Amino acid sequence: MTDTGPTASDTFLNGLWRENPTLVQVLGMCPTLAVTNTVINAVVMGLATTFVLIASEILVSATRRFIPKEVRIASYVLIIATFVTMADYMIQAVSLSVHRALGAFIALIVVNCIILGRAEAFSSKNTIGRSALDGLGMGVGFTLALLSLGTIRELLGNGTWATLPVMGESFEPWVVMVLPAGGFFVLASLMMTANIIKRRGAHAA
Amino acid sequence: MADTHSHGGSPHPAAPVAGPQDTGRQDMPTAGRLILVMGSVGLVAAVLLVATYQFTLPIIQKNRAAYLSESITEVLPGAVRYAAFVASDSAGFVPAPERSEGSRIFAGYNEADSLVGLAVEAQGQGYADIIRLLYGFDPECRCIVGLKVLESKETPGIGDKPPKDPGFVATLRRLETRNEPDLATIELVKKGQKTQPWQIEAITGATVTSRALTGILAASTAAIVPLLAEHLDQLRTPPAEDS
Repeated sequence: MTDTGPTASDTFLNGLWRENPTLVQVLGMCPTLAVTNTVINAVVMGLATTFVLIASEILVSATRRFIPKEVRIASYVLIIATFVTMADYMIQAVSLSVHRALGAFIALIVVNCIILGRAEAFSSKNTIGRSALDGLGMGVGFTLALLSLGTIRELLGNGTWATLPVMGESFEPWVVMVLPAGGFFVLASLMMTANIIKRRGAHAA
Repeated sequence: MADTHSHGGSPHPAAPVAGPQDTGRQDMPTAGRLILVMGSVGLVAAVLLVATYQFTLPIIQKNRAAYLSESITEVLPGAVRYAAFVASDSAGFVPAPERSEGSRIFAGYNEADSLVGLAVEAQGQGYADIIRLLYGFDPECRCIVGLKVLESKETPGIGDKPPKDPGFVATLRRLETRNEPDLATIELVKKGQKTQPWQIEAITGATVTSRALTGILAASTAAIVPLLAEHLDQLRTPPAEDS
């Protein structure tokens, strides 16, 4: 897939924009829709996923010559589950209320397709450094997408940004934005915007 | 050994990869090797998990204790210390065993070690999911003095209104339960129809959640008030070993 061609910044930018996990690959929709009702929830989910992505990509890459292909998926799942559980403990240690707000979705990072997908498609064939960079790019791309959703939904649905009042007293919150339906609306608008920008870029090139 | 694993995400693991220099290594690895690999991965995972767990456990416990005492102070103003109990039909109030979260009754004490009131954990079905709450109860006036929702998945903007509504909370703050020991019922009435101190006014637009909160409080007080009538003395002073 990636032999010698791409440079380090290509690998990083790949996840950030060209193959953005949320807006282009459309992976990990469960946390994307479920926990982006506030900015804080979205950022914590993004950072936890980034941590799990980077750590498991490094470990998968480091052990890629040691793990036979017959047991690779089982090994990846074990590695990913380990880092997810570690992230779960760390979030509880940092803030109990955020942990309560995210609920089961932290544990569900295990089944986020982005992570197993990158382990199988990228880090099982690339060096440790490249894998870490890929994890960082994909993680930051995911976090930024979640942050965009969280920002729009919290601003319109609650009139605040990261609990800071922004919209003023007279603002009547659009409750639908913090409900699941709002997640779909905002995600669709963001994907549309990303596609329009891409198409413009392709025309210009 | 290195090249046996250069898989390309191919769904056909049996398809031989042309590799002139390692034809002998295309065979399936032995069961022993697979077990060894999985065992090693498991061992690394276990070490990482135990290390993280050991490192974060004291911090997590501290957070939990702080959250609990903060919640108790919120529903039971004036309490500086507390002890956990559970209700038992035969023995009244007994010290809470491990893992009794959700049914604990905290007796709150002031500086002089005298009983301020109880903070009671209660739960019940709301509109979306189980609502868990903590309420402060004054055994002298048999009234609810404070309420905090610990966990709720009620619809934002609709079902989370009652616990935030100043009117609803004010009603609760000095809500009496009926005075006969075995009739500790709390009732829900429509807005503006409250005539008795044990009635709660529903919030327009959040009837289901209002009803759920009332139901939770009614069931919990109904269980506790008769016990208090008989066993209040067990709570008068803090247990010796708990400081």
